[in-house]
Amino acid sequence: MENIVSLQNIIMEFEDGEQILKNISLDIKDKEFVTFLGPSGCGKTTTLRIIAGFLEPKSGDVLFEGKRINGMPPHKRNVNTVFQRYALFPHLNVYENIAFGLRVKKVPEKEIVRRVGEMLEIVNLMGYEKRSVNRLSGGQQQRVAIARALVNHPKVLLLDEPLGALDLKLRKEMQIELRKIQQELELTFIYVTHDQEEALTMSDSIVVMNNGSIQQIGSPTDIYNEPVNAFVADFIGESNIISGTMPEDFVVEFNGRKFECVDSGFNAGERVDVVIRPEDVKIIPADKAKLTGIVKSVVFKGVHYEMIIDGKEHKWTVHSTKAESAGSMVGMNFAPSDIHIMKKTEE
Amino acid sequence: MKLKYFSAPYLVWMIVFILVPLLMIAYFAFTGDDGGFTVKYISDVGQYANIFVRSIWLSLIATAICLVIAYPVAFILSRMEKHKQGTMLMIVMLPMWMNFLLRTYAWMTLLGNNGIINYILGLVGLGPYKLINTSAAVVLGMVYNYLPFMILPLYSVMEKIDKSMFEAADDLGCSSVQTLFRVIVPLSMPGITSGITMVFVPAISTFIISRMLGGGSNLLIGDLIEMQFLGNAYNPHLGAAISFVLMVIILVIMTIMNQFDPDEQVLM
Ligand SMILES: Nc1ncnc2c1ncn2[C@@H]1O[C@H](COP(=O)(O)OP(=O)(O)OP(=O)(O)O)[C@@H](O)[C@H]1O
Ligand SMILES: [Mg+2]
Repeated sequence: MENIVSLQNIIMEFEDGEQILKNISLDIKDKEFVTFLGPSGCGKTTTLRIIAGFLEPKSGDVLFEGKRINGMPPHKRNVNTVFQRYALFPHLNVYENIAFGLRVKKVPEKEIVRRVGEMLEIVNLMGYEKRSVNRLSGGQQQRVAIARALVNHPKVLLLDEPLGALDLKLRKEMQIELRKIQQELELTFIYVTHDQEEALTMSDSIVVMNNGSIQQIGSPTDIYNEPVNAFVADFIGESNIISGTMPEDFVVEFNGRKFECVDSGFNAGERVDVVIRPEDVKIIPADKAKLTGIVKSVVFKGVHYEMIIDGKEHKWTVHSTKAESAGSMVGMNFAPSDIHIMKKTEE
Repeated sequence: MKLKYFSAPYLVWMIVFILVPLLMIAYFAFTGDDGGFTVKYISDVGQYANIFVRSIWLSLIATAICLVIAYPVAFILSRMEKHKQGTMLMIVMLPMWMNFLLRTYAWMTLLGNNGIINYILGLVGLGPYKLINTSAAVVLGMVYNYLPFMILPLYSVMEKIDKSMFEAADDLGCSSVQTLFRVIVPLSMPGITSGITMVFVPAISTFIISRMLGGGSNLLIGDLIEMQFLGNAYNPHLGAAISFVLMVIILVIMTIMNQFDPDEQVLM
């Protein structure tokens, strides 16, 4: 697999002089589903718009199939965008919205009919051809927006939070739908979201961003199981993040106790962030545990119970299929491989 | 229920000041001095066909020029930063604060045979040219006076077009020219039709502009009507008949305009 889009040392500033993207470098492989994930305002849309050509980076290169495309206007780039708020043409009906790009390129009428028909089938909007786009539901508009972009057979499709306005159920359906389309048509999707669950379920690869820089790039499993820093760990699912130290290799100390772990290579006594997932906290009898706490609350979450356990130094979030009674004293333990040690990040 | 009562004064207003005068025009147009029904005056209007043709022609030219000038102006205005738009709009409207007669009179002195323009041209050894009392001067007067009526509706429609429309067009392969004809023009169609209406209707019925800038040789329908009521030719029945025919012509043209409904597709 080769890189279809590469960003090299991209720095972006708007007129106010604030650096929005701080030296972003990124390779996106052909036929990959890549997700930009990060909190609001971290620069996801900005990065996407640089790839689409709506924004010029202050410095750095944008490569498409190995060729530098800085300065090339959007209409000359072989990418299409599904906009955050769809941006459908209100003066055209569903059919003409989808046909728009083909008409511009003077594709023969017969082929337009065929390709638009094909798209209507893919996004499941047969029978809506003549409908005005103003009289469509949010989900339908969103599908028109996807069809309008896909009909041009772009090599790369850019999607900016395309499911943001949909309700949860429709969202889940569309997630599966989009993933299917991407795999069937063998396209590269660059997908923006701030929903970590969405990112984990859909992507081949996730780019976690914060404050205009990339925190981590990796597969959903990598990112979930081996977050490189406390920010990623916290952003990808809930986590217990505790400050600790590494007195020696394979031993971490936090909350005044020493625990066995699988990490090494830190300076003796180096301060670290310790990350433990709620589902990795094992509840054991209090008298057999190094760490104890009082159960503050128990909330049923469908598959598991979420408990807040007050352990003096830290309030633990714990997921378990078995509920403890609120107010009781419990013990906690962790398998060495479930204790994730991370270098402190300078914030 | 309640709403009905609130609309009552407006209804009375419309009946008294719009419907009744219209019916009176129709009445006078189709009756003679003795009060009996006749189509004499309506058929007399035919004698002035050349004036009708000239009026329609000059107003169409003026409307077209207004559209060509106003379109880019309105577009640029609508794309400016919000806080600058207000100021710029005021500058565009500034001439409208001056009295209509005064504005037109100013052009007389500018265009006159010994006017400022000919004077300046004379300094560089050109002219004098006959500028005033030409149909071109009449068109100029119309464009100058009615241009804001074209800019305003265009601006107010364009201002509502979201920037993402242009980006979507660009994304889907449109060059700037293609974006103009495939997106901007169709989306601003309501502004175009109302701008054309607001320029064409006053232009075709004006009499001051033609009187002041066109001299005696460029009579328009407005002059003709005025002469029937206030001039030596005093003949209210003929005046009403001319007004009636003019009204029908405007109605027909407006109906044609409305065929360019915003929901209709405009493909280029
Ligand atoms: N045209 C602009 N001028 C100045 N600042 C801008 C402009 N566009 C975006 N920004 C700033 O750049 C930063 C990143 O914006 P961006 O839209 O890329 O965020 P995002 O990650 O897409 O957020 P969200 O999830 O809320 O959409 C924000 O702080 C924003 O205020
Ligand atoms: Mg965004």
